[in-house]
Amino acid sequence: MTHHEVVIIGSGPAGLTAAIYSARANLAPLVIEGEPSSNSDQPGGQLMLTTDVENYPGFPDGVMGPQLMADMRSQATRFGAELVTLKVSKVDFSARPFAIWIGDPDAHVPAYTADSVIVSTGARSVMLGLEAEQRLIGHGLSTCATCDGFFFRDQEIAVVGGGDSALEEAGFLTKFASKVTLVHRRDALRASKIMQQRAFDNPRIEFAWNTAVVDVVGDTKVEALALRDTITGEERDLPVTGVFIAIGHRPNTDLFVGQLDMDDAGYLITGSDRSTTNIEGVFACGDVQDHTYRQAVTAAGSGCMAAIDAERWLESRCD
Amino acid sequence: MAGAIVNLSEATFDEEVGASSEPVLVDFWAEWCGPCKMIAPILEEIAAEQAGSIRIAKVNVDEAPDLARRFEVMSIPTLILFDNGVPAKRMVGAKGKPQLLEELAEYL
Repeated sequence: MTHHEVVIIGSGPAGLTAAIYSARANLAPLVIEGEPSSNSDQPGGQLMLTTDVENYPGFPDGVMGPQLMADMRSQATRFGAELVTLKVSKVDFSARPFAIWIGDPDAHVPAYTADSVIVSTGARSVMLGLEAEQRLIGHGLSTCATCDGFFFRDQEIAVVGGGDSALEEAGFLTKFASKVTLVHRRDALRASKIMQQRAFDNPRIEFAWNTAVVDVVGDTKVEALALRDTITGEERDLPVTGVFIAIGHRPNTDLFVGQLDMDDAGYLITGSDRSTTNIEGVFACGDVQDHTYRQAVTAAGSGCMAAIDAERWLESRCD
Repeated sequence: MAGAIVNLSEATFDEEVGASSEPVLVDFWAEWCGPCKMIAPILEEIAAEQAGSIRIAKVNVDEAPDLARRFEVMSIPTLILFDNGVPAKRMVGAKGKPQLLEELAEYL
């Protein structure tokens, strides 16, 4: 068991910015960055699964998501942040110092204790919740377009969703696929105007508007999407060999149920214009507490706020 | 060298995997796959620590697309464990070291 003044849980733009600021405040933060996975719940967060990031200030030609995260990581370690590639299994914020477990949550002794904790566990992509998804993942159904686009060269595939990430994936996948059908429940996209225009201009992207996914068809590999027109109720099969799901995100807050206040959707509730939570000494930043903006730059900004809030709180305790 | 990870090509795959006295965990990966890069150091650790129990080999799907097709790999990283030259276990997606060791437990 080791003790730290500041422990940061999560290592996306929010967590790593908090680490840079806390490290520069000589607080020697520990960042528990998570474990590898093929969805966005992994070290580096959602940007690890993206390609070009074009809206992060300071990069006029854009920057690759994984490169941006690698750079933030080395910037944090340069100032003395310690990073461990582990996943938290339990926290106890009811006693002080706060206790954090890795691995066996029933272990008598926690792995780490902390005077203050910054929660930046982010959000993970939501699946459709169909039984077929478990069977077909890795067999045509994918959570990572940058990983798997390669396998769909000259094939017809579908992307489900209507936000920026859906359009980014669709655009990326047209480098490989002969046709990408974007399946969206509504008759208009949520995505930013520039992303929409690019998608409309891309001859390989077709749109299935007002269309819901009923099922993914195929026993051992994806053969089609079963779709329903949300207006007429008419059902049809769209033959595809690949399906990429980008319908939205859910905050990673299971660890904090019953300890930190959250809204009905599971997002942590922070003080107005602050990073404070209902527990003094626990701060939250990034997508885990933001369902409005959800940008890398807003996550980084709120990570800075959390580090400053934590530093001031630690100082105030010593008075 | 014990614990070294070999890169397999279409020409060497059958000999290396088929003739191995130990189970071989084959990592299908590519340079452009972020999660693949993230598990690479974990696989190196496992290869070194479990030398004698299992061997670990890699297939770059860019260089050996026929091997990816042959084993119906449509998502990377995919890890396939070959026991006596036959696929015995398949894991899709990146995982942390504890989870990987748990999945491989019966072969270690």
